[in-house]
Amino acid sequence: MTVRRVVGLETEYGISVPGDPGANPMLLSAQVVNAYATATTGGRSRPRWDYEDEAPLRDARGFEVERARAHPSQLTDAPGRAAGEGRRAAPNASDVVSAETEDPTMANVILTNGARFYVDHAHPEYSSPEVLTPRDAVTWDRAGELILLESLRRVAATPGLTPVTIYKNNTDGKGASYGTHENYLMNRSTPFGDVVRHLTPFFVSRQVFAGAGRVGLGQDSREAGFQISQRADFFEVEVGLETTMKRPIINTRDEPHATVEKYRRLHVIVGDATMCEVATLLKVGTTSLVLAMLESGWLEDSPAGRLLLSEPVRALHEVSHDPSLRHLVRLRDGRRLSAVQLQWAYLEAARAYVADRYGDDVDADTAEVLTRWEQVLTRLETDVFSAAREVDWVAKLRLLEGYRSRDGLDWDNARLAAVDLQWSDVRPEKGLYLKLAERDQVERLVPEAAVRHAVDHPPTDTRAYFRGECLARYGPRVAAASWDSVIFDVAGRGALQRVPTLEPLRGTREHVGALLDRCETAEELVAALTG
Amino acid sequence: MPGQEQQRPSRREDEVEDAAAVPAQAKATETDADVDALLDEIDEVLESNSEEFVRGFVQKGGQ
Repeated sequence: MTVRRVVGLETEYGISVPGDPGANPMLLSAQVVNAYATATTGGRSRPRWDYEDEAPLRDARGFEVERARAHPSQLTDAPGRAAGEGRRAAPNASDVVSAETEDPTMANVILTNGARFYVDHAHPEYSSPEVLTPRDAVTWDRAGELILLESLRRVAATPGLTPVTIYKNNTDGKGASYGTHENYLMNRSTPFGDVVRHLTPFFVSRQVFAGAGRVGLGQDSREAGFQISQRADFFEVEVGLETTMKRPIINTRDEPHATVEKYRRLHVIVGDATMCEVATLLKVGTTSLVLAMLESGWLEDSPAGRLLLSEPVRALHEVSHDPSLRHLVRLRDGRRLSAVQLQWAYLEAARAYVADRYGDDVDADTAEVLTRWEQVLTRLETDVFSAAREVDWVAKLRLLEGYRSRDGLDWDNARLAAVDLQWSDVRPEKGLYLKLAERDQVERLVPEAAVRHAVDHPPTDTRAYFRGECLARYGPRVAAASWDSVIFDVAGRGALQRVPTLEPLRGTREHVGALLDRCETAEELVAALTG
Repeated sequence: MPGQEQQRPSRREDEVEDAAAVPAQAKATETDADVDALLDEIDEVLESNSEEFVRGFVQKGGQ
């Protein structure tokens, strides 16, 4: 299905208290999430997260890690961070209500736009609703930035709370990294070995347009300099289940939040959080196209299918460390190609694939991704800085080089590191990307009004519509929800009523819009759904 | 510039050489005046004590 695919983007935001590096990040993050939730729900009790279908230890290679052997940080299915807590079977009201009140840091809200906004480890995390197009991915990802901004403002305006600053980046430059994860639903029938084989070279090279740029080389920035990606240095293995240590280029978490027999969720942890809308569009759109080619077997007979890297982890680091884009990575067949050349191969395969399957009947979203993919590769190849309107690392580097040449600064100068951090500050009066955007120095794809609308409203063409609309219309009667369920607590029924939403393409406005309009109350809706 | 803690050393030739490791077309897309105006505006919003700001940005945990 070309670039149309069920996708969600998760972003862990950096959080800081100016002047107090020792502040408790979990409490601060909870404060941020709760401030937003209280402002939007007026302080009434909120729906809880339903952990029933979570399975973070299931591995795409066909096994499940034993709970006792897992690192506590992997147990994202347990409310609270207690490692021993089991999964709940049939939820009842007291179960759901007590699950998170025990621990004040377990702030967890489900928003009317279908997103989940919660504390993940030590960061406020925004997990976007499921969307179908790269443009919608950009829209609801940017809505997340506005939600974090609003949270920050609420915290600052509340007496007794510690004001914080918030950043859409991926490292503190001192050895810590936090993730931006992409989630793509794909056919379960596609062999996972093929996913690993074809996506590894793609991910290693994708950073040339999807990298956010970073001052400092090495996980703890021990060497001065600039690199393309925020995250690259934190990847140490080719394939694996973990996301907080021994980070793998291909993550194997197999937790589809959807019909297991039909779907696999590809959990991509190797990307950067990007502010540039074109970069985000391309990150999602090109990956979706490669997945379409993978599912159809197209890559098997394509030159792009023969791009096997001899040392992928090393190549990932080396590509990131070379903003000149001249570095050549070694392929298993002895060839040496640049990251841009690798990307050209995938683009050519995608063009041929789309032409073969759709001819002139290609949808606008797919056509846009193909066109922009070609434009950005052409720009990177001819004059890197000509991509400054589209690519974060290029725009950031342009600023940094401006400073360096104006003020004669070495790469270890703190002002350059400050520019790097402030690039992704979510406050328009402080964020350097937002300053560039205000000056029309970067290309915008989505009208601001659409982004603001997406703060409160779900996409209409996935199950996020059902989730978000249920919260908006029947919020006080929704006891819990998750990606694949909405649980109602309605009058006249002893037990909670769980509505599974395992099919991401149902629960759309087309599918349930009339039903929701017909049901004034949650009681009516539950009655209609249960017959 | 008030609050900027570091001095601005005069431009050194060897640094200009280093910068060439990155493609040197920085000025091809914009005039120097545009870049300067941009930097001036960024100067106004850059945290005044960069050293302390960068040192104080410490994160824990993360996927």
